[in-house]
Amino acid sequence: MWDLSTHSIDTAQLRGASYADVRVMHIRQRDLTTKNGQVGTLAQSESIGLGIRVLANGAWGFASTDRLTREGVAACTAQAVSIAKASALAKRGDVVLAAEDAYIDSWQSPFRKDPFEIPLEMQLDLLLAADAAMRKIKGVTLSETGMQFRKIDSWFASSIGSRIHQRKIISGCGIAATSFQDEEIQKRSYPNSFGGQYALQGYELVESLELLKHAPRIAEEAAALHSAAQCPEKTGTVILGASQLGLQIHESIGHPIELDRVLGQEANFAGTSFLTLDKLNKLRYASDIVNVVADARLDHGPGLGTFAYDDEGVPAQCTDIIKEGQFRGYLSNRETAHLVGLQRSSGTMRTESWNRLPIIRMTNISLLPGNWSFDDLIGDTDDAILMETNRSWSIDDRRYQFQFSTEIGWEIKGGKKGRMLKNPSYSGITTDFWNSCDAICKFDEWTLWGTPNCGKGQPMQTMGTGHGASPARFRNVRIGAAFSNQ
Amino acid sequence: MSDFSTHRRIVDTVLRLAKSTLAEGTEVHVEEISGALTRFANNAIHQNVAEHGVTVSIRTVVDGRTARATTNRIDEDSLRATIEASLTLSHSQPKNPQLLPLPGWQRYRKVNRFIKRTAGLTPEDRARAVRRACDLAVKNGQVAAGIFSSGQNQIVMGNSRGLFAGYRETHAEFSITMQEGAAASWAKANSANVRDFDPQKLAARAGEKAHLACNARELAPGRYTVILEPAAVLDLVGFLFYDFSATALEDKRSCLNDRMGTQLFGKNISISDDLYHRLQLGAPFDGEGIPRQRVLLVDRGVPKNLVYARSTAKRARKKPTGHGFALPNEYGEAPMNLVFSGGESSLEKMIASTDRGLLVTRLWYIREVDPYEKVMTGMTRDGLFLVENGRVASAVRNFRFNQSLIEMLRNVELLSPAVRATGEEAFEMVVPAMKVRNFHLSEVTKF
Repeated sequence: MWDLSTHSIDTAQLRGASYADVRVMHIRQRDLTTKNGQVGTLAQSESIGLGIRVLANGAWGFASTDRLTREGVAACTAQAVSIAKASALAKRGDVVLAAEDAYIDSWQSPFRKDPFEIPLEMQLDLLLAADAAMRKIKGVTLSETGMQFRKIDSWFASSIGSRIHQRKIISGCGIAATSFQDEEIQKRSYPNSFGGQYALQGYELVESLELLKHAPRIAEEAAALHSAAQCPEKTGTVILGASQLGLQIHESIGHPIELDRVLGQEANFAGTSFLTLDKLNKLRYASDIVNVVADARLDHGPGLGTFAYDDEGVPAQCTDIIKEGQFRGYLSNRETAHLVGLQRSSGTMRTESWNRLPIIRMTNISLLPGNWSFDDLIGDTDDAILMETNRSWSIDDRRYQFQFSTEIGWEIKGGKKGRMLKNPSYSGITTDFWNSCDAICKFDEWTLWGTPNCGKGQPMQTMGTGHGASPARFRNVRIGAAFSNQ
Repeated sequence: MSDFSTHRRIVDTVLRLAKSTLAEGTEVHVEEISGALTRFANNAIHQNVAEHGVTVSIRTVVDGRTARATTNRIDEDSLRATIEASLTLSHSQPKNPQLLPLPGWQRYRKVNRFIKRTAGLTPEDRARAVRRACDLAVKNGQVAAGIFSSGQNQIVMGNSRGLFAGYRETHAEFSITMQEGAAASWAKANSANVRDFDPQKLAARAGEKAHLACNARELAPGRYTVILEPAAVLDLVGFLFYDFSATALEDKRSCLNDRMGTQLFGKNISISDDLYHRLQLGAPFDGEGIPRQRVLLVDRGVPKNLVYARSTAKRARKKPTGHGFALPNEYGEAPMNLVFSGGESSLEKMIASTDRGLLVTRLWYIREVDPYEKVMTGMTRDGLFLVENGRVASAVRNFRFNQSLIEMLRNVELLSPAVRATGEEAFEMVVPAMKVRNFHLSEVTKF
């Protein structure tokens, strides 16, 4: 692969590029699903190709190809340079990149069991057994299970001399039970909705989730939700389960801190951000107990945002985003770092595949653990609703106003977990909400959740991001608006 | 871009190689994509990309089992390995007694959606159009962001029972957001023919509306009469149509369970799925190679028909409608070429007939809150205007909505003729603008 990369960079420079970086990627994926006791999807795929990004005449061009011959790569590179020169027809200034060292390295994400080496029959047997366990429960009208595995090799080379090979293994799995009854559809998922849990791990992730143990429980809950009380509409206290809080972090912290959004580069599609540059180090984003980091290092955990180098050849870093409630940092790249006074990119350029341009992306955006045990938190709460497992999520294009609903809620009264509530939802304004946080559970309750389906960019790219969170309590939150009829 | 015969050779190669394996049936999809996208923001191009790729996807059938393997390597060794991968996957599962044999030869109606002018668009062509849009923004003290994309794709499929189908199309798209201070507005179009839209006109329209969107005032949440432009209608109703899948009803996850044949929507709502409509794009066959049929989904407010893949059609004793996804999958089928019948009103007439209401340019981040009542939440975006006494009176801060689509389609007072609309949440459809009463706007945001 290095021969082709070097050939591409040499060709780019010969054609007038002042900078070039090349990614050759080989992506292998396996998808297994079941539905109502039958195998649904059973597929695997591989894709290999090369993408080259160049600066010429002070502007960017990018082209990609699956023709991995010297001729194919040279033609693709020429196209990238030609596109960059066309970009220069509508530029307002030259692109300037923050300095970065060259690295020669090879890295592989740690795993214990390669999921591609585990017999397919064993994987399907587990899914079909979980599927059957859910269908045994009266009232379940739809049972669904799934696993997904990815193995991604990337070879990054740049004209400053970097040569970086990374191999990542990603695993994901989950189950869901749906119940249709009396003009109402209720659903429960485990360990999370929309596919379950995803991590930079091998098959050991699947084994750790104990699907068969949880299948009957979520099936029973799906059926029981029909007779549960409706979540009330009021202003009050909510306690969010860790996976729901992970998505709250994603939408109301992770996206607004993307510097490309802040600078208007996503204005046409994903939107902009309320975190204008004047707010850095000045905005009280959250209450004093809230600390949030963007941490792509393996030390943080095997998240979907964990790597050794980003797709611009910048080493993984940990950046303070919110420290003791104060807004401290953005996600930046080599092009934008200087705009927030940084000498160096924070290392967040990521690409979905060889045929997509790297763009600023969340890494692992995590809420650091607090001091509370979960039992103590419940015991300390007089009146609240505990909301678990996301059902719907929506936020405006500047990331102020959000609304989430969850699959299940539980009434908390007098320090005790009480009756089940259906159709829970809450909504608010981002900074008001985070400033109302008054308790965060400790590391024992903390999970690094994987969000595998974050869409951004044009053409659209889907990326996995990580979000560490433990259950937390928020005061004076609007509850129940999603189901209000007023 | 390759021609059909090149792709046919790949199909024939796979079918030949598969003959010497245990596969009882083999299906091959070959897809080639060539596309480019010029992206601009802050009145300049900041991303400019091109891609080209070929994928070969192979489904084998053996002893009542089927699975799919896909590669983008098209040498014989790689194709042979992909056939073996598909067979290994097939063998790993229990037998499926409901699995149907591959379909045989089919006849397809011709569609022509390949426009040479679009296929030949260059980076310079796109850059010049973007430059003109950005210059307009600068002239008006505004900031432009958007995309201009173009490309072509070709799909060829065949199977070991003699089915062969091929389709190619071009596509071009221009989307622009104009920002003036804290205000913004948006315009977008796409077509097989780049001459069907004028980027400069779209830029001018977005610019004019961004100017009108300045000084937005805050209104109280509540139920309002809304005038939804076609893009807003599209992005909302796009969430309804997976419910017309026969599989969705079998799974009891459709809002149409127990509601087929009832007066669910207003009598002014009729909807078809019609790939052959002159404003539609897409191949005239589905994932199994079955010809797509025109299907009347809703007739004067009554859900009449579903769409069927071969398997659901057999169970329901119906004919397949040509809407199946490539097998194996758990979702079955869906209508993808929706055409509303529309009406005879216009945005201007809707505004003129409104004492107090809101004009909605587009919607954003729409998600399902209640799957059976089809309550959707989301935000208004890029131009929300108060209409008073038959005129646009002022800009309004954006709202969150929580609205049942079923209720909404009962409350449609006026419809414009249907047009090809494009948004960000749903695939393109032919939909009208709509004036809707009692639309539920539940909360307001800060801009």
